[in-house]
Amino acid sequence: MFFIDPHIHMVSRTTADYEMLALSGVVAVSEPAFWAGFDRSPAGFVDYFRQLTEFEPRRAAQFGIQHYSWICLNPKEAQDLGKAREVLAEIPKFLSCPSVLGIGEIGLNKNTPNEAKVFQQHVQIAIDAASQGPSGAKHALILIHTPHLEDKLKGTRMILEMLRDFGSAIDPARVLIDHVEEHTIELVKDAGYWAGMTIYPISKATPARAVDMIEMYGPQRLCVNAAADWGISDPLNTHRTMLEAQRRGHRLPELLQVFHNNPAEFFGQNPKFTVQPIKVQLLP
Amino acid sequence: MQKSQTSPGDLTAAEVLDTYFLEARARLIELAATLDRIDRAAGSQAVQSDARLQFIQDSLRILQRPQPGRAKAVQELYSLK
Repeated sequence: MFFIDPHIHMVSRTTADYEMLALSGVVAVSEPAFWAGFDRSPAGFVDYFRQLTEFEPRRAAQFGIQHYSWICLNPKEAQDLGKAREVLAEIPKFLSCPSVLGIGEIGLNKNTPNEAKVFQQHVQIAIDAASQGPSGAKHALILIHTPHLEDKLKGTRMILEMLRDFGSAIDPARVLIDHVEEHTIELVKDAGYWAGMTIYPISKATPARAVDMIEMYGPQRLCVNAAADWGISDPLNTHRTMLEAQRRGHRLPELLQVFHNNPAEFFGQNPKFTVQPIKVQLLP
Repeated sequence: MQKSQTSPGDLTAAEVLDTYFLEARARLIELAATLDRIDRAAGSQAVQSDARLQFIQDSLRILQRPQPGRAKAVQELYSLK
């Protein structure tokens, strides 16, 4: 079985984790920019973006894993509008790096007006990148973080509303809204966006609940990730979800669609992403 | 350290709630999803009278009791008499 982990924070993981991922069938990872556990200075962000675009691809390549990343100021640090302005000014130059897929993970944390303002500014950067990027006239791909726990439903609604306000400048097929759960997945999929499910058994989804959602809402435009980072998390939770699906009788083509081909299709809208979808066929 | 035979270490009730709320929340969502899963599956009507489902419903009623001893009561519910 081959996997693409569409959301993982490898800067927080050991090199042994890369080896473990390779041994367990992971061929590519996508790493959104996120919060480091403490607030950084604008200069600290530039260093972080260099780590994402220079160091991590080399570290992953030692194990045959393709490493892709996303650039942004994460919503948890978006309260300080002055800092946000400085960090956002650095983003366009990193968008042209060979392994950067787009803007992310932007979004909301506590659903504040400042977070909303910085979210909209990021979306505008993605739109402005259309004329320069490798995708021609299309806006840069966008990966969106939705808030945690009690803030998730309200935050998801706010995000959908803000995206709607951009009108035809935003193509839902080029946006993935992450960390959906039972109360938000329908909102996201019905609006035409890609959805991501994160397997954090206490604060997000469990493998069993994620498979429930695949069954109830269909595997189309749906990705599963472990979002492993510096907190209590496990890069193999994506695999545990695949095993749960297999245990229920889901077959290889469907498993490949969710755990490999869906991320390949979404990311593949940016020509920098070169992992091709896989089709399995029984030999006569 | 020991305050009484029944207090959870040195934790106050508010600290216990802080410590265990998210875990309890996750387990309730998991249970809700499990019941939904049974309802979605083929033959769900046929298992509605299954004693194990009745145990779950009875357990949920025990959880709503206002006094301690709920875990013991749930265990007794699932025990051979």
